[in-house]
Amino acid sequence: MSGLKIVVLAKQVPDTRNVGKDAMKADGTVNRAVLEAIFNPEDLNALEQALELKDRVPGTTVTVLTMGPGRAAEIIREGLYRGADNGFLLTDRAFAGSDTLATSYAISKAIEKIGAFDVIIAGRQAIDGDTAQVGPQVAEKLNLPQVTYAEEILNVKGNEITIKRRLERGIEIVKAKMPLVITVTSSAPDCRPRNAKHTMKFKHAKTVSEMQDATEDYLQLYNSRPYLQIPELSVIDVQADLVQLGLTGSPTKVKNIENVVLQAKESMTIGNNDQEIEAMMVELIKNHTIG
Amino acid sequence: MNNLFVFCEIEDGQVADVSLELLTKGRSLATQLGCKLEAIAIGYKLNDIAQQIIPYGVDVLHIADDKRLVHYLTLPYAAIVNDLFAKEKPQIALMGATSVGRDLGPRVSSALKSGLTADCTSLMIGNHEDKKANKVYENLLYQIRPAFGGNIIATIINPDCRPQMATVREGVMKKEVFNVAYKGEIKNIDVKPILTDADFVVSIIERHIEKRKINIQGSPIVVAGGYGVGSKENFKLLYELADVLGGEVGASRAAVDEGYADHERQIGQTGITVRPKLYIACGISGQIQHRAGMDESAMIISINTDPHAPINAIADYAITGSVSEIIPKMIKAYKKNSK
Repeated sequence: MSGLKIVVLAKQVPDTRNVGKDAMKADGTVNRAVLEAIFNPEDLNALEQALELKDRVPGTTVTVLTMGPGRAAEIIREGLYRGADNGFLLTDRAFAGSDTLATSYAISKAIEKIGAFDVIIAGRQAIDGDTAQVGPQVAEKLNLPQVTYAEEILNVKGNEITIKRRLERGIEIVKAKMPLVITVTSSAPDCRPRNAKHTMKFKHAKTVSEMQDATEDYLQLYNSRPYLQIPELSVIDVQADLVQLGLTGSPTKVKNIENVVLQAKESMTIGNNDQEIEAMMVELIKNHTIG
Repeated sequence: MNNLFVFCEIEDGQVADVSLELLTKGRSLATQLGCKLEAIAIGYKLNDIAQQIIPYGVDVLHIADDKRLVHYLTLPYAAIVNDLFAKEKPQIALMGATSVGRDLGPRVSSALKSGLTADCTSLMIGNHEDKKANKVYENLLYQIRPAFGGNIIATIINPDCRPQMATVREGVMKKEVFNVAYKGEIKNIDVKPILTDADFVVSIIERHIEKRKINIQGSPIVVAGGYGVGSKENFKLLYELADVLGGEVGASRAAVDEGYADHERQIGQTGITVRPKLYIACGISGQIQHRAGMDESAMIISINTDPHAPINAIADYAITGSVSEIIPKMIKAYKKNSK
């Protein structure tokens, strides 16, 4: 069997798992500057599944696709260090403000542009939104079947793929045909670490925008080693319809954002009477502790 | 037309709790909007499914019953829902934030180019003024959810696209039969013209799903009782409160030792550890062994006859009094003020 063409969808996210006191600004907005930008954890699980397939099926190539601002090139480099073959950065101002539907439209256009593939693998969800929507939405846009909540790819034979899914109260083993979209859960094996050889090879990999700031010597290096160029894809490159992108392409709008005030714990004594107990319950309903 | 739809999840002929909770919420939202509540049930051998669903105040129940639909599969289920929504044009569609709802919801929203908000913790009806466009939208669905690791609460709306779609996790909303004798209409969906062989390209070859167990650790609200509850009889009040708030019941070791509650509900060093949004400690003194299993709760209410009970030191709200007095007051206050 000839090798597979795999696209891994990965996202750079603010690390919301370790949010300190300074994470919120006084005006109630998120202070992104103090949050570390990381490789979305479940996308690393997805990358590992792709790399395992590459180990199993000779001739397989793994492409990392990420959408984000220029600094998201970091995600592509991280993927290359761990064993991916190449990557694309989907970046354009027109993508700003996209909700999951507009994002999935942009990503599906980019995948069409990148070309033939057998498997698209993504993390089940990203920790900054926890929506788990982009994977299935991309699958629908590309008119492909999907297998979500994947924990392990058990077998690949011809164009058939067998996958174990991890559900709330058990497992399901499904058989599907490629091409398809797979989303991987955090219960899947962790991603392998950086490989020293790959890290050396791709240390200087840069996007065109990043190269513009590079010195003469580097330019020579890039000309002699074209694999160090990380291609950037814009709206025009992927021939996307502007109306379906950004805020205009997003059916969901944020009406209001409330900062959850993290108060120091202070015990409040409630009197044993209807009025005080009712006031407490109203407070709990108001701050969404109870529905 | 333009009614509110709830997708009902079915496992072994039983409608999932999360779906019944959404029907309960859907009923009250539909009444507020003056529209009908409709439900969708997809599966196999659904002969008695209507008896489970209609009493929640469902006006129209759409049933797709076919051998091939016995277990959830993305493509055929999505094809049926897409077909139904294209014909019926719902204004709102709700699903459970489960592995099924989170697989189906985005697929449908992508096909219909409609907005979907995941894991809502509250749903309300309200207006929206778009100042730029000088336009007022009436009776939109406010989809309220925590975001950014729970550090912000966002209210999301879909002003222009329909249906307005949202998923909600199990246990977040309360479940309440509307009227056992409610009269709803049943519409059977003919799946033959909708489904194609290509929809069955993914097939299930093995399936191991455990029977439903109590899930205290996954519950956002835990009502726990200790020795101070006094009797198994009094413990029933805790179940009542947990049911009303959409929570689970836990117990301290002392209460389990007394036989007030089963061992599987024991919280603490020798039991399970919980981190709910709200922990209501009833008649629990708060020994260190118990606190080890619950002190990371986001909010703690203590109900105790002893104003100096150690638990009060870590409680956000401390109420001095007996469980049999306080809990009925809390239930009454909640029912009066919840929407």
